[in-house]
Amino acid sequence: MSDAAVLSIRNVSKTFGTRRALDKVSLDVSKGEMIALIGPSGSGKSTLLRSISALQTIDGGEGRIDAFGGPVQENGRIASNVRAIRTRIGMIFQQFNLVGRLNLFTNVALGSLGRINFWSGLFGRWPAETQSAVMAALTRVGVAEYAAQRANTLSGGQQQRAAIARALVQRAKIILADEPVASLDPVSARRVMETLQGLNKADGLTVVVTLHQVDYALRYCQRVVALKGGKIAYDGPATGLKTDKLIDIYGPEFEDVFWEGAPQ
Amino acid sequence: MTVESVPVLKPPVRTWRERSFDILLWGGIIVLLVVAFGPAEISRLPRLFSNSENMRQFGGEFLRPDFTHWRTYVGQMWLTIQIALWGTGLAIIMAIPLGLLAARNITPAFIQLPMRRLLDLVRSVPDLVLGTIFIVAVGLGPFAGVMALAINTAGVLAKLFSEAVESIDRGPVEGVRATGAAKLHEIVWGVIPQVAPLWTSYALYRFESNSRSATVLGLIGAGGIGYLLFEALNTFSYSQVSAIAIIIVVAVSAIDMLSQAIRSRLL
Repeated sequence: MSDAAVLSIRNVSKTFGTRRALDKVSLDVSKGEMIALIGPSGSGKSTLLRSISALQTIDGGEGRIDAFGGPVQENGRIASNVRAIRTRIGMIFQQFNLVGRLNLFTNVALGSLGRINFWSGLFGRWPAETQSAVMAALTRVGVAEYAAQRANTLSGGQQQRAAIARALVQRAKIILADEPVASLDPVSARRVMETLQGLNKADGLTVVVTLHQVDYALRYCQRVVALKGGKIAYDGPATGLKTDKLIDIYGPEFEDVFWEGAPQ
Repeated sequence: MTVESVPVLKPPVRTWRERSFDILLWGGIIVLLVVAFGPAEISRLPRLFSNSENMRQFGGEFLRPDFTHWRTYVGQMWLTIQIALWGTGLAIIMAIPLGLLAARNITPAFIQLPMRRLLDLVRSVPDLVLGTIFIVAVGLGPFAGVMALAINTAGVLAKLFSEAVESIDRGPVEGVRATGAAKLHEIVWGVIPQVAPLWTSYALYRFESNSRSATVLGLIGAGGIGYLLFEALNTFSYSQVSAIAIIIVVAVSAIDMLSQAIRSRLL
């Protein structure tokens, strides 16, 4: 693992019943990269991201995942200090995963749970530092005026931006975004992608984002990793991803579907 | 045009196995009803009407409720409601940790399964039996009633609470977990907000039914209006029984309506 690598994935497999979601996947992510993870449904994109944040265990064996030079999980066991690692990895979900009945402020303040006093966190007595960090993060993603509103009263795009604010309050160094724009309209989707790109460019955060829209992957990310049937089918610059490669990944119907203008 | 070429499938047919299951189930219920006909003395059904002369006599007194001691009745009704309040309150305090520990999705099986069995056991003891036990333990009076209600209701509420927890959306909990939060943080911020309306609704519903149960507990000496009712029945003062019954019905219906109004606003 090189010095610049913040994430190292080695020979990771994951089996659900008899289905292999990940098949000996290896991947290195360097600090400050913005990587798109693409591939058809069921190719293992979400499984890979959920394994990195240890929301699920990987199969036992030689497979291991390291973050910031320390193990997240190896041989099918999650590291005992996983909570400390998780605080440095922000996770963005397709369904936002905010707590619907809590207001945006509280939802975003939950990002500080990993570093503030246990009891303050338990009773929601947010320290002044958390409070100002929350408002700064909400302002940055552009939903500060809704801080007092319940999360489930807001639109998908607003909720997703609040979820990004939660990762900011977390002071995450890596952001893993699992289909962050799949349930959003095109305008909201673009704002979310631009917010993620801003975090990558301005703050130097490492971003790994799974996407269904290949054109988004090509527009926002320098490096693209494609999964097919749990194996890595392409790993390289976005510019090197040609139509014949995409047809190989998604199947022959890809050309008909990709009407927004295939590369070259 | 392509519609015509698609072969039309036959409607689904219930298999012999599915039918025989239905026959066994319904047949079994009918057999049980026939067997229970004698022991339950259903043959005495006509007496409801043939004894109407006696009924008219009692009914006559019932129609002239005697409200001379209404202050006592209202005072004792209020005592009964207070028993229900504390019984339910203590039950909620016990049911929150027990309910969380009995939920499959947040508690490991080696704790969750024994906890479920324990709750089944607690619920299977009728509150009248619990009342008798507590009367022996703490003496006649309201506190025995409070404890009887608290234990029984804790068993019921803990089961309902755990079922509510089992039906939550996993997403927000994972959202909290992904921030590096502790397990207890996940429960307080990811689970409780999701189940809060349902839990409150269940607790209010149990308060309604506990104010009825508290009346019955009075009959065995656990204080409140039930005790007055029992005395009036023993002395054949049906006019007083009638007055007490009216006060109970009015009070319990009022509590029902109030809590239903709150519950409908919660959900």
